[in-house]
Amino acid sequence: MRTMEQESGSGRVVLCAEGVWKSYDDGAVTVLKGVDMEVSAGQTVALCGPSGCGKSTLLHLFGGLDEADRGRIVVNGAEVNRHGDLLRLLRREVGFVFQLHNLIPDLTLEENCLIPTVAAGTPRAMARARLGELAERTGLSHRLGHRIQKLSGGERQRTALCRALMNRPRILLADEPTGSLDEQTSEVVLELLLDLAAGEGVTLLMATHDRGLAARCDRMVEMHDGRIHEPAYA
Amino acid sequence: MIFLRLIATNLSRHRIRSLISMAGIAFSVAAMLTVVTVLEGAVGMFSGILSNDSQIIVFERNVSDLFFSSVPEAAAQAIASWPMVEHADPVLFGIVSSAGQPIITCFGVTASDARIAKAAWTAGKRSDFGQHADDVALGQRAAEFMAAKVGDRVPIGHGSFHVIGIVKTTNGFEDGGVFMPLDAAQKFFHKEGASSVITVKLWDKSQAAAFKNMVKAKYPNLIGLEDEEFNHSYSQFRILKATAWAVGACGLLLGGLGVANTMIMSVFTRIREIAILRVNGFSRTQVGGLIFGESALVSLLGAALGLTMGSGFLLVLKETPALHGYIDASLRPAVMLVVIALALMTGIAGALYPAVYAMRIRAVEALRFE
Ligand SMILES: Nc1ncnc2c1ncn2[C@@H]1O[C@H](COP(=O)(O)OP(=O)(O)O)[C@@H](O)[C@H]1O
Ligand SMILES: [Mg+2]
Repeated sequence: MRTMEQESGSGRVVLCAEGVWKSYDDGAVTVLKGVDMEVSAGQTVALCGPSGCGKSTLLHLFGGLDEADRGRIVVNGAEVNRHGDLLRLLRREVGFVFQLHNLIPDLTLEENCLIPTVAAGTPRAMARARLGELAERTGLSHRLGHRIQKLSGGERQRTALCRALMNRPRILLADEPTGSLDEQTSEVVLELLLDLAAGEGVTLLMATHDRGLAARCDRMVEMHDGRIHEPAYA
Repeated sequence: MIFLRLIATNLSRHRIRSLISMAGIAFSVAAMLTVVTVLEGAVGMFSGILSNDSQIIVFERNVSDLFFSSVPEAAAQAIASWPMVEHADPVLFGIVSSAGQPIITCFGVTASDARIAKAAWTAGKRSDFGQHADDVALGQRAAEFMAAKVGDRVPIGHGSFHVIGIVKTTNGFEDGGVFMPLDAAQKFFHKEGASSVITVKLWDKSQAAAFKNMVKAKYPNLIGLEDEEFNHSYSQFRILKATAWAVGACGLLLGGLGVANTMIMSVFTRIREIAILRVNGFSRTQVGGLIFGESALVSLLGAALGLTMGSGFLLVLKETPALHGYIDASLRPAVMLVVIALALMTGIAGALYPAVYAMRIRAVEALRFE
């Protein structure tokens, strides 16, 4: 694993999990059983595994949306669960794309995208400029004033992608970002996701159960029985 | 801006619900404003009667109601002769009813009293007052509702009186009242040799303390109070004002329950949206601010509507002929501010539980299912 990273020339570890445990329902269901994993800056990594194996759970821990029971989560050099500043992590360090777009239907595309900047207190003009840039690159410029209800599935997911990148995070966590899209649309969104990640130099960790999609990333890891396994590269 | 958009969007999503809770606040604000203004106006008028061209009022110590106060005429005469006193006028209050008019306030006064000597006489001669025991002067409105002119005889209570003049005053009670010579009033109300109060004007107001001490020393069962002191301490005024505010507060409490109900619904039906905000970096405080902001907006809009309704209602009351002169419809800014502040506080209190609930929503769990 070390050698792989060094070959790709990046090196610095931006996401790190060490012996992470997580269970639900007061310990009745243990989902993560000692996850060890590292992601280096600039990498695109696919997190594979069957539905229900704990991919979302791990992403949530990396994004500060939930806390681990045991173990260390380090994002950009700062430990998450003990350091505690989950909000800062969520506002500045990582962007999140969910399987369901999780947009607010009554608001416009523009308003939805501005939400993270309002939360983070980004100056308005700056936020608008950033949105203009992202909308341009995702082909949504003509849709800014439209309500989410009026958008197609692909447009919604592209909107969610814009929103995730609004605060210029260095890390993008994508949880089955094409999971609710048809094949053709999936392809467009995935292409865009990888393009943007490369263009912005963002580290991407993407959960997916689709090996075809996973193969498009620099690296692929398997989650199995609550732990991470690195399959041999072809 | 997004904050406002989120609030406005949510309010417009449930227009009827929002309007109903606004109306709840509006009605309670209108009720509070009307009751408080009318009662405070009445209190102001009543204290205006007492302070007419005087600074100090002397009455019987420990009476709960001035109508029960009895001050010997001898005391009035003695006090009038004290060196610091410019004038001291005994006034006897009484209430009678006459056909169609359940309450008429009677003032037993001397001819030199400012109510007679300095008032604007629209009919009759000032100098005729006090010549005969059955002569009365009527307030302008009293003359109107009794349909009486100078020279007429009018039935008042168990007696019949001869109208010798009509007096125009701005005070509702006086305008709807009857002025009798003091001795006639004493006979009429069976209070020979007594008055209800003495209203006193000093040459120099700085001698008020000395005057009050002298009253205390010479007449232990009487008390002298300066007008402002009297207004603060007179229990009838206090009861009236407290009642007014209490009635208003009950209204607001109901309005607040309406807001609470609306806000609870508003949060319960929006758990997903709140979770989305949370995973996009909204802090608990920001979420709470959203909920409080929404209820504050509802309350303020309700309060604005209520102030408008209340002012309109007061105008209608003021223009109602039967109440003419009794309603002081001038809105006091202080009362308006207090009412708005109370409405706002009610709204915020109503949003307390919903806000806490919203702040506790666990985002990832709320977003797990479609
Ligand atoms: N909040 C929760 N409460 C209880 N069980 C949960 C919760 N979140 C996830 N789980 C359970 O944990 C397991 C892993 O879920 P998840 O991380 O969503 O898997 P994946 O994303 O790989 O499909 C599943 O069995 C799921 O039912
Ligand atoms: Mg999942």
